[in-house]
Amino acid sequence: MTASDQAVVTLPTDTQILITREFDAPRHLVYRAWTTPELIRRWWSGDRGEVVSAEVDLRVGGSWRYVMTANAGFEVAFHGEFQEIVPDERIVSTEVFEAVPDAVAVSTLTLTALGGRTRLELLVQHTSLQHRDMHVNSGMEAGLQEALAKLEGVAQSQA
Amino acid sequence: MARAATTADAFNAVAEPRRRQILDLLAAGELPVNDLVRTLGVAQPLVSKHLRVLRAVGLVHVRDEGRQRMYRLNGEPLKPIYDWVKAYERSWTERFERLDAVLAQLKEQEQGDDGNDG
Repeated sequence: MTASDQAVVTLPTDTQILITREFDAPRHLVYRAWTTPELIRRWWSGDRGEVVSAEVDLRVGGSWRYVMTANAGFEVAFHGEFQEIVPDERIVSTEVFEAVPDAVAVSTLTLTALGGRTRLELLVQHTSLQHRDMHVNSGMEAGLQEALAKLEGVAQSQA
Repeated sequence: MARAATTADAFNAVAEPRRRQILDLLAAGELPVNDLVRTLGVAQPLVSKHLRVLRAVGLVHVRDEGRQRMYRLNGEPLKPIYDWVKAYERSWTERFERLDAVLAQLKEQEQGDDGNDG
């Protein structure tokens, strides 16, 4: 795995999160994996749980919604509305974490072709620093869940 | 993670863009305050105000060299911020690793459909 295959998260301004990553696949396949419900279900929850539902109405004004069951047993859901779509290149949509419904972010996905590879940039624009920070906190809590799960596993194996 | 209500922690200190700019300048090495004022293009009292906040949270240290005040970066208070962002970054790393597997399969299927290589 080369350095550019690493996900890199930066905070360009007080209200933004920028995620960048390169993929060893052509742009149209990254776009397809990002927008096809059956494919979304296979990667979107990472190691944190299972995607139980992914709905995508891929058109301007259409909406999307993902529901996942976190490993700790509770459900989390996200939804949004598409604002701009350039197939294989760009998707702009709103994004709402349903547990915090007033934190409406605008998310811009940009795919750049680099030969047979693709550079992905996901810029999440929040309306306030507090909302942006809560969003980044979701990584912290999830990490804590993982750590607790591992501790539980170790404890059980020693019982 | 709750933010302190005062400017008593590094998170609040770096939330201000101008202070981040100062830290970026100091990242290259120690600088006299006059250099900071000149580079930032901002009035000295304002620069001094920001430097006071950064000193209060330990992000910069100061020493006097002759008549100049020299400021340097102390990165240690930045570590919690770094860790905080890194935790979030890990969640994306996990997702993208799974996405890699999906993409590998899609590529194989596409090559199969073509009937040729690539």
